[in-house]
Amino acid sequence: MESLLFYAFAGMAIVSALLLVNIRNTARALFLLFIVLFAMAGLYLFALADFIAITQILVYVGGVLILLIFAFMLSNKELLDDLQSTSKRFISLPNWQALVLALIFMSVMVYSYISWSEHIPQWIQQSEAKGKIILSTDNNIEVLGFKFMTQYVLPFEIISVFLMMALIGAAHLSRKEDNK
Amino acid sequence: MITLTHFLVVSACIFCIGLYAVLAKRNTIMILVGIELMINAAILNFVAFGKYDKLNYAGQVFALFAIVLAAAAVAVGLAIILNVYRSFKTINPKNIHELKD
Repeated sequence: MESLLFYAFAGMAIVSALLLVNIRNTARALFLLFIVLFAMAGLYLFALADFIAITQILVYVGGVLILLIFAFMLSNKELLDDLQSTSKRFISLPNWQALVLALIFMSVMVYSYISWSEHIPQWIQQSEAKGKIILSTDNNIEVLGFKFMTQYVLPFEIISVFLMMALIGAAHLSRKEDNK
Repeated sequence: MITLTHFLVVSACIFCIGLYAVLAKRNTIMILVGIELMINAAILNFVAFGKYDKLNYAGQVFALFAIVLAAAAVAVGLAIILNVYRSFKTINPKNIHELKD
């Protein structure tokens, strides 16, 4: 049952990502990204990272996707031009270089992962032997809060300042230049 | 039983789809979407390995950092895209090839 659900989420993510890169309509592609992000959040749940999944839905679906749709609507004319110049042939491979490169990369990665899985690194074996893996009965969110405020407090503060810098920079870059 | 290799293979597929989108698309917003897919594949790897690290929770913590970094990158990237569109009247990266005004 569990692996069935995993395969369902993985298939949903991969199929809608493939559809995303093949579809011509950018608005539809952005809504397909919505499905991909939700399916990825479901996959995080199978790695017992519930808080990451919730954050993925909040940040990506609530923030990033809205930003992308917003930018798409502000530059609409160019996209309509792109839409009309679509070739009607059924099999047209204008991007075969990119396709070949991506396939080669994928074959190398999958081959190395599968051959790697026969020699699992020592720290994973040790933590499996000692029983120090995260279980589904653990209280993840509480431990994550403690970790953020004790062990990882410096990266946490740095990333909050960085996020503020990035948002101020984005607001500054996208302002209207009236008062010259 | 879902092993580590399952997660790694799925994330490799998502990563390569993102790579294809970055290389092949003629639209800067779709290139940004491809970068998002690649970052999501990396986050899936973080989370899958973080399952075996109960002592430090490093995988989950850095997955959260990566999500925040991706959000910041998208905000700045979209601001730059809007500026580029305003000055070039196009967002096809093939037509954007000069730095001067």
